[in-house]
Amino acid sequence: MKLIVEIQKQLPHYDLDISFTVEGETLGLLGSSGSGKSMTLRCIAGIETPTQGTIALNDRILYDSHKGINLPSRDRKVGFVFQHYALFPHMTVAQNIAYGLRGLSKSATHQRVTEQLKQVQLLELGDRYPHQLSGGQQQRVALARALATEPDVLLLDEPFSALDTHLRSELEKQLITTLSSYRGLTLFVSHNLEEAYRVCQKLLVLDQGKVVAAGDKQVIFDRPGTLAVAQLTGCKNYSRIQHINRYTVRALDWSCILQTVDSVLPVHTHIGIRAHQITFLDTLDQIPDQPNTFPAWVVWTSETPHRMTVYLKLREPPIDLDDYHLQAEVFKEKWERLKNRPMPWFIYLNSDRLTLLQP
Amino acid sequence: MIWQPAILSLQVTVLASVMILLLGLSLGIFLARKQFPGQIVVSTLLNLPLVLPPSVVGYFLLLALGRGSPIKEWLGIDLLFTWQAGAIASAVVALPLMVESTRAAIANVNPELEAAARTLGSTEWEVLRRITVPVAYRGILAGFGLSVARGLGEFGATLMVAGSIPGRTQTLPLAIYDAVQMQRYTLANVMVLIMTTIAFVLLWWVRHLEAQHPHNRTQRQPQLQKRRHETHRRDSKTASPLRSGY
Repeated sequence: MKLIVEIQKQLPHYDLDISFTVEGETLGLLGSSGSGKSMTLRCIAGIETPTQGTIALNDRILYDSHKGINLPSRDRKVGFVFQHYALFPHMTVAQNIAYGLRGLSKSATHQRVTEQLKQVQLLELGDRYPHQLSGGQQQRVALARALATEPDVLLLDEPFSALDTHLRSELEKQLITTLSSYRGLTLFVSHNLEEAYRVCQKLLVLDQGKVVAAGDKQVIFDRPGTLAVAQLTGCKNYSRIQHINRYTVRALDWSCILQTVDSVLPVHTHIGIRAHQITFLDTLDQIPDQPNTFPAWVVWTSETPHRMTVYLKLREPPIDLDDYHLQAEVFKEKWERLKNRPMPWFIYLNSDRLTLLQP
Repeated sequence: MIWQPAILSLQVTVLASVMILLLGLSLGIFLARKQFPGQIVVSTLLNLPLVLPPSVVGYFLLLALGRGSPIKEWLGIDLLFTWQAGAIASAVVALPLMVESTRAAIANVNPELEAAARTLGSTEWEVLRRITVPVAYRGILAGFGLSVARGLGEFGATLMVAGSIPGRTQTLPLAIYDAVQMQRYTLANVMVLIMTTIAFVLLWWVRHLEAQHPHNRTQRQPQLQKRRHETHRRDSKTASPLRSGY
C-alpha cells in the first residue's frame, strides 16, 4: 500500500503546496485551522480538485493534471469520515452501512453490515435512524460505513472534534483497535497534537498550506527543527538567541546564557524547551555555578486537574503578572512538595532537552 | 351542474400537477446545482408569473400556443380553448412556487452527504436519486402542495387560453364566476365551499410537512433534544468550506 501525493491548489487565503508519501503506517496530518490539512484530504478523496499535481494510490493514478486524469470520487476506493459524520438522515444505521456495498446478494450484504456493526459495537442499533444516536455512536456508524467497502485509503477528517472529551478518548481507543485490523492506509487529520500522537505512527505538520515537518512522530516532537513546528507540537517556551560560541548561546527573551548539546549553527535563531521538561532542583547545596541553572521566582500559577502550570521569572523577582520568562508544568504531587519553599527556587534547563530552532 | 366543472378541475389539476412535478423538479434541481451566466435572468423569468397580472400571462400563452406559434404551425396541434390549454395555464402560473421550494430544499442539503455518497461509489444520478432528493423530500413536497393549490385556483390565464366553455373548459373557479353572474348563489356557495376546503387541506398539509422537517423533529422527542443540538454544532471552520471554495 502506497499513496503518493504531490499537489498544488490555489485558495483564497493561501496556496496549498503539499507533497508526501505514505506507506503502510497511519499518517497524522497536524496543523492549526486553515493550514490546509482538510483540503488535502478532500483532494485525495476527489471532493475537491487541485489546481495541479499528481495523486497516485498503489499503481492507480487518481489525479494527474499533466495527463488530464481526474478519477471521480466513486472510482477512487477511498473511505471518508467527516467531522460532522455526514450520515444519511433518511436511512437506518444498517442502510447507511450497506450504502456503499454493491453487487452483493441480500444475505451477503446483511452479513457484511452485521460484521461492521459488531466491530464498532453497535449491533443492536442497526434499525435506528442517525438522529436517534449520540454523537459518538453516529461517528462509529460513519467509520463502519467507510470501512464496509474495504477502501484502499481511509481518510479521517477531524473525526472526534465535534465530540465531548470523554467520548473522544473512548472513540479514540476504539479507532486504534479498528485500525489495527484494517489493511489499507489511514490518514488522520487533527489539530489536537496529543490525539494525533496517540493514533498515528508518522506525522505531517502543515502550516499555511506547506509541509513544515514530516516523519516519525517521536523525532518530530523531540527535534522539531523549526519554530513553527515547535509551536504546533505544543512547545510553550522559546526565546530568540545570540551566538556566543559553538555550544553556548544567550537566550535574549529569557536573559540568560545557555549551554547546548548540539552545535549552534548560523541558521538557528531560537531555542526552545517544553514546559514539562524544566527541572526543579531539590538540593540547595551544589547550585550556584552549574551551567543552565538559574534562580527563579513564581509569577503566577494555573491549575489543571492533574498538573500545575507555573509561570517563572528567571534571575530576579517579577514586577507584575505579565513579567515571566518560562512556563513549566509539574504534576500535583511534585507541586505539593515545591509550593511552600522560599523563593527563589532553582531550575535547571537540561541541555539534552533544549532544542535549537530555525525560523 | 356541479359535477362537470369539478371533474374538469380534477382533470386540469392532475395534468398540471404532472407538468409542475416534472418541470419544477428538474428546474429546481438545475438552479440549485448549476451555476451559469444569466442564472439570475432565468430565475427572474421563471418567477414572473407570480407577479404579472393573469391576463398578461394568458396573453403570452396565447402567443405561445396560438396562431403563428411553433406548436400550432409546425406540429399542427391546436390547444387553444381545450382543457389541456387550461392545464398549461395552471402549470405556468403555479410553477414558480414549485421551482423556488425545490431549489431551496436542494440547496439546503448538506454537500457533505453528497460527497460521502460519492466516496461510497455513487454516480451523480445515484446521488441525486438516493440522497439529494430523498433528503430534500419534505421541502419538495411542500412546494408541490402549494403549487397544486395555486394551480387548482387558477382563473385569469385559464380564461384567456381555454375560455369558459361549460362541460369543456369550465373549471370550478370559472363556474363560480358564472354562477355568481347568473345569481345562482346556492350553487356558488357549494363550489366556494369545495374550493376553500381543498385549498385549506392542501395548505394545512404543507404546513404539516414543514413542521416535521427533520431539523425540527427534536421538539417531539425532548429526550434527544440535547444530543441533536450537539451533533449539529459546527465550528466556523468546516461549516462553509465546500460552498466558498475554500
